[in-house]
Amino acid sequence: MTEQGSPRRVRVTGPDRRARPIPRTGDIDEASPLGGVYLGSLLREQLWLAARVLGLLTVTVGGLPLLFFLAPGLDDVRVAGVPVAWLVLGVLVYPWLVLLGWHYVRRAERNERDFAELMGEVER
Amino acid sequence: MTQLPGLVAVVLVSLATLAIGSWGLRVSRTTSDFFVASRTVRPGLNASAIGGEYLSAASFLGVAGLLLTFGAEMLWYPIGWTAGYLVLLVLVAAPLRRSGAYTLPDFAEARLDSRRVRHVCSVLVVAIGWLYLLPQFEGAGLTLAAALDAPRWVGPVVVGLVVLVSVGSGGMRSITFVQAFQYWLKLTALLVPAAVLLVVWAGDRVSGPSATAADWSVPLGDGGAQGLYTTYSLVLATFLGTMGLPHVVVRFYTNPDGRAARRTTLAVLALLGVFYLLPPVYAALGRAYGAEPAASDSLVLELPRLVVPGLVGEVLTGMVTAGAFAAFLSTSSGLAIAVSGVLTQDVTSKRLPDLTAFRVATVVAVAVPLTAALLLPDFGVARAVGLAFAVAASTFCPLLVLGIWWRGLTAAGAVAGLLVGGAGSVAAVGWTLADGSSGWGDGWVDVVVGQPAAWSVPLAFAAMVLVSRATASRAPAHALRFMVRLHTPETVDLDRS
Repeated sequence: MTEQGSPRRVRVTGPDRRARPIPRTGDIDEASPLGGVYLGSLLREQLWLAARVLGLLTVTVGGLPLLFFLAPGLDDVRVAGVPVAWLVLGVLVYPWLVLLGWHYVRRAERNERDFAELMGEVER
Repeated sequence: MTQLPGLVAVVLVSLATLAIGSWGLRVSRTTSDFFVASRTVRPGLNASAIGGEYLSAASFLGVAGLLLTFGAEMLWYPIGWTAGYLVLLVLVAAPLRRSGAYTLPDFAEARLDSRRVRHVCSVLVVAIGWLYLLPQFEGAGLTLAAALDAPRWVGPVVVGLVVLVSVGSGGMRSITFVQAFQYWLKLTALLVPAAVLLVVWAGDRVSGPSATAADWSVPLGDGGAQGLYTTYSLVLATFLGTMGLPHVVVRFYTNPDGRAARRTTLAVLALLGVFYLLPPVYAALGRAYGAEPAASDSLVLELPRLVVPGLVGEVLTGMVTAGAFAAFLSTSSGLAIAVSGVLTQDVTSKRLPDLTAFRVATVVAVAVPLTAALLLPDFGVARAVGLAFAVAASTFCPLLVLGIWWRGLTAAGAVAGLLVGGAGSVAAVGWTLADGSSGWGDGWVDVVVGQPAAWSVPLAFAAMVLVSRATASRAPAHALRFMVRLHTPETVDLDRS
């Protein structure tokens, strides 16, 4: 990714003599049944995580229209002089969305790190 | 005299756009630079660029006006436009980047190994892109007419020319810098006047934006259950439509890797959240000062003069005019890039050398909606944007979600879903635009047809799944291999051929 500019200085060393774990990516490359199991586990983790975040979004933000429909009295509630609908929908929704996204990114990256370790590679 | 600040603003924004674009020209040399900025754009810069591209005239001018006129129910537009990125982040961002495709049709073809799906996607990208470009050009005409008393054709022509020059000369690399600049320009152009106006308001001791009309604070459409349906259908269209907008998707290929794509999306969520705090301020101030703009879209442009007459008001008007103009330019540029990328790959590159093909495609991508905007000056700006979101949610959303997460999707299933969702949503909104009311079933028919997403999206998903199941024997042989590439982190050393 750093093709531009002068080439980076590389230290020339002998071969690494320490024992090195054999990467297990061959199973995935060849689409063997074992590779399918590895990938299936990652896919399930990530999909389950996505479903949880979307579920939270649906219940909290997606539930608001229903809440205001079922409880019309909420229209007149004011917090510090501001109608609660404007406060929640105009302001509070946005930090909540960012928080959900931040949570997702952290967990998704952790799932991928676990998977990379399972594949016998240490994260760079 | 009153036109001077607006004129200065428009000229300055156009010059800055062209200057940054031509600077980008010097660092853009290859086809990869043109389409995806050689995939080297860092999350911070890329997020600003996505924000700059995404915040169109509808966000900059439209939301505040709609809030003033209709009240809290319109808050669902900015919420949906932001939450769409959360859905995109969770379901699409990283795998889409890892697919290694330039455009949506590329993704479809690589995933499903079918030229037929590719052609259907290409047609849809161009259709959605043009539908979204049309209101940008018309909005430019309205703004320049309001700010400069210019004839209606001036705005579309100026925006079209600037986009043509900056996109055609520098491609994606230069447009990235232009759009990142335009996000911060738009934020400043809305934030500074809002701050000044709030200070003036606090000094004026004008009464607060009291809700004189009782339902100004009701976050639902009118008409009981029908309002509830309209609100939910709008929520569905915006939450799911964002991932299918061609100019949004094309930016994800410019990230270095899947992880960066996720971080970019998170940053976009934050940038949009900050921006969308501002339109309600304009709506509330407009209400406090009893603003009754000629068209609701011009509230943001007229409010400064109303609150602070004189020089300060003129300068602030110049600022918001600059922001509005930046909004037209950046969204139009992004759409022009996306549409011309598809046209290049599917049409012009077969007959012309690389860069010439891209430039010819750009001219076509801009000229068609520009001509339409000049011929149909009253097409209905907000409706066209809503149609674009509904069509994207009913077509590309199911294709992306199922293509990324479900191994069983087949080419026949994808085509069936795209056709059902596309035909349903286009026909529904086309009917509404043409006629508008039938009066059947206590108005339920009009409501359901007017906001199609709530039924057209599930229908498209169902068609894709059912037809894929029926043609399961024809599932592409490399589906597992492709899904491996989509979901495996780049740190794992795979054969990614």
